Amino acid sequence: MNDLIHASLYFGMLVSVGAYLFGMWLRKKTGLAVFNPLLVAILTVILFLTVFNVDYDEYNRGAVYLSYFLAPATVCLAIPLYRQLSLLKKHGMAVAASIFAGVAGSAGSIYVMSRAFSLEHAHYVTLLPKSITTAIGMGVSEEAGGIVTLTVVSIIVTGIIGNIIADWLFGVLKIEEPMAKGLALGTAAHAIGTAKALELGEIEGAMSSLAIAVAGLLTVIVVPMVSGLI
Amino acid sequence: MKYLKQLVIIFGITVIGEILNYLLPLPVPAGVYGLFLLLIFLCTGWIREEDVSTMGDFFLETMPLMFIPAGVGLLDSVEEAKSILIPLTVITVVSTVFVMAVTGSVAQSVIRKNGKKEKKNE
Repeated sequence: MNDLIHASLYFGMLVSVGAYLFGMWLRKKTGLAVFNPLLVAILTVILFLTVFNVDYDEYNRGAVYLSYFLAPATVCLAIPLYRQLSLLKKHGMAVAASIFAGVAGSAGSIYVMSRAFSLEHAHYVTLLPKSITTAIGMGVSEEAGGIVTLTVVSIIVTGIIGNIIADWLFGVLKIEEPMAKGLALGTAAHAIGTAKALELGEIEGAMSSLAIAVAGLLTVIVVPMVSGLI
Repeated sequence: MKYLKQLVIIFGITVIGEILNYLLPLPVPAGVYGLFLLLIFLCTGWIREEDVSTMGDFFLETMPLMFIPAGVGLLDSVEEAKSILIPLTVITVVSTVFVMAVTGSVAQSVIRKNGKKEKKNE
């Protein structure tokens, strides 16, 4: 099977996009939020590769081109933000307070749990930037003496978890304001959370985009202050 | 022509972002520099919304796809993280829920407080 797929560059893209479409169809058909399209897509691709005995590298040779569009997509997050600029000006205080609380909460909760698990310094600082976008997080982790590859893993896992639990968590906590949902998604789960926010609506998407940038930059400042604690 | 023009603007700003990322000694990714640049250009009117919105909406709608390869690749890193797999998983899950809950709750309470004040003033 690997030989056959080796001849195709677009196989990886086809499987990825097809799996995502399947995830969207599954959620629409069942109406269940557990069938998060991103999660379904990832699991479907993993299952597919396992069943047909295809190496990840072989799949990723073509699929990797999908990730190259992340930088221009991030640039385009400015568009929903621009459309919601008046809302941002009106609620500047809510934006600043909530993102700050989220970044502090992230550092605090990671510190407490690292202590509880008696993690060593390298593992503690590896996790500190887990809620921010990969490119910023990698730099922060390296600077603090963390293990960069593990930071990337924790960032991606964080994003996927945030993307999946959002509907449930907002329901439980009765978070109904679109702005609050967007800020929460962007601060807790960076770009992967923002993909979910864009699905919820334009205001959610705009606030989540803003939160990626602000939370990312705040984390750059906060991590050096708390990295020496363990 | 419309698509081409929009792509040139979006890729152009991305490239400027990459150059800033290279030149400035900050851990800010090219995309985030580009986000602020595009926002500034839109606000100053140098770029109109309709100059980027068609391709922009395309990129935003297809954004979740861009995370699939990395997500599938997680399988390979399980081995690497084996020694701290349990604390890593617990901390990641719990703190993600916690941060989302704190941020959302704070935002909602401040927004609603402001809303009440406004009503009083009216």
